Amino acid sequence: MTVEVDAGTEKFTGYANPNRLVSTDWLQEHLDSPGLVIVESDEDVLLYETGHIPGAVKVDWHTELNDPVTRDYVDGDGFAALMSRKGIARDDTVVIYGDKSNWWAAYALWVFSLFGHKDVRLLDGGRDKWIAEDRETTTEAPGRAATDYPVVTRDDATLRAFRDDVLAHFGNPLIDVRSPEEYRGDRTTAPAYPEEGALRAGHIPSAASVPWGRAVADDGTFLPVAELEGVYRSDAGLRDGDDVIAYCRIGERSSHTWFVLHHLLGLEHVRNYDGSWTEWGSSVGVPIVVGDDRGAAPEPRS
Amino acid sequence: MGEAKLTEALAEIRDEFLELGEQDRLLLLLDFANELPELPERYADHPDLLERVVECQSPVFLTVEVDDGSVTVIASAPREAPTTRGFASILAQGIHGLSPAETLEIPNDFPQMLGLGRAVSPLRLSGMSGMLARIKRQVREKSDAAA
Repeated sequence: MTVEVDAGTEKFTGYANPNRLVSTDWLQEHLDSPGLVIVESDEDVLLYETGHIPGAVKVDWHTELNDPVTRDYVDGDGFAALMSRKGIARDDTVVIYGDKSNWWAAYALWVFSLFGHKDVRLLDGGRDKWIAEDRETTTEAPGRAATDYPVVTRDDATLRAFRDDVLAHFGNPLIDVRSPEEYRGDRTTAPAYPEEGALRAGHIPSAASVPWGRAVADDGTFLPVAELEGVYRSDAGLRDGDDVIAYCRIGERSSHTWFVLHHLLGLEHVRNYDGSWTEWGSSVGVPIVVGDDRGAAPEPRS
Repeated sequence: MGEAKLTEALAEIRDEFLELGEQDRLLLLLDFANELPELPERYADHPDLLERVVECQSPVFLTVEVDDGSVTVIASAPREAPTTRGFASILAQGIHGLSPAETLEIPNDFPQMLGLGRAVSPLRLSGMSGMLARIKRQVREKSDAAA
């Protein structure tokens, strides 16, 4: 059962898929709506326990969405078990929010989308905005009844790119959403982030540098569509019909950009390369460019 | 490597974690996070005296005082980073009052002994290892200077 969309937020009406966002006001009014499940997904694994939006369940990107052994997401069985345990039904409306301007919330939304969960939305502004507005939080466990979520095969072709897909993609737009320091090759990690093991620094040849943060306002909400058009169409040169791959370091910041390109600007073919720099920067024999120049696109390899 | 040598307070903390199921270990970590004391005033006005732990994803700053042969760890991390606060608090409580030599003998893999690998993830635990390494370096520098 799905819940009505947030039709009352003026800014959303400019987006390609306005139904993918809800405002804090909307969520406040719909806290008890049947068919709505609120999900918190944070970088900090304990933040939810310090207090969360009433009724929200926690989904941790690292310990729950990733397979514990293989570097991959959980499979259809694993996702069904996770959803059932969290009390999420296949036709529920899911609203995800989190810390760090919704990085991990966007990442979770993208993973939900790999499994074709239909109605999954982001809370514009995420956890920080909810807290900044002094809205209610609770440490009370939500106690949702388990559901019987179907086993759905993960679709890795439509929204997800692997390393070989990137090699075959040359000549089409690539968006590097990391910091300028990482793009240039001055460092392999985000400023103030831990070393996660990439052996080379720089960027994938021909990738445009558009740090993820250019899509958000100071309060963590997404910029209005006109400003997003300026960043991604005018500055980065993306056009309707483009086949785009976005990447970052482990795929979380690029999920955020994927959300902007696909759902807010309406580009149809956008994939997230979740292997991102921690794979590319350690991969043997793949081309890399250092410095501010994008570099020419190599011949695609099939 | 021989049997890891843990001082009493650190061993107690480890046992407290290991006695619990994995999800309850998270809540114990949250208790530690809540117990991290506010920065003493002499540091509140001088954040430059603290060292940033870059291995942690969240901004955490720490310093070490060696006074009369006893070590104190002082740390600061924002409320929005409870995991990091918890790590800092464990080390501050576990190290409080140890001698520099005892502090330097803390096994570098102490963070891995708490049974948090699955509940927190090894990647996040590396932040705690970074804190421990920096504490030891500061202890080394500050006890050399005092000697």
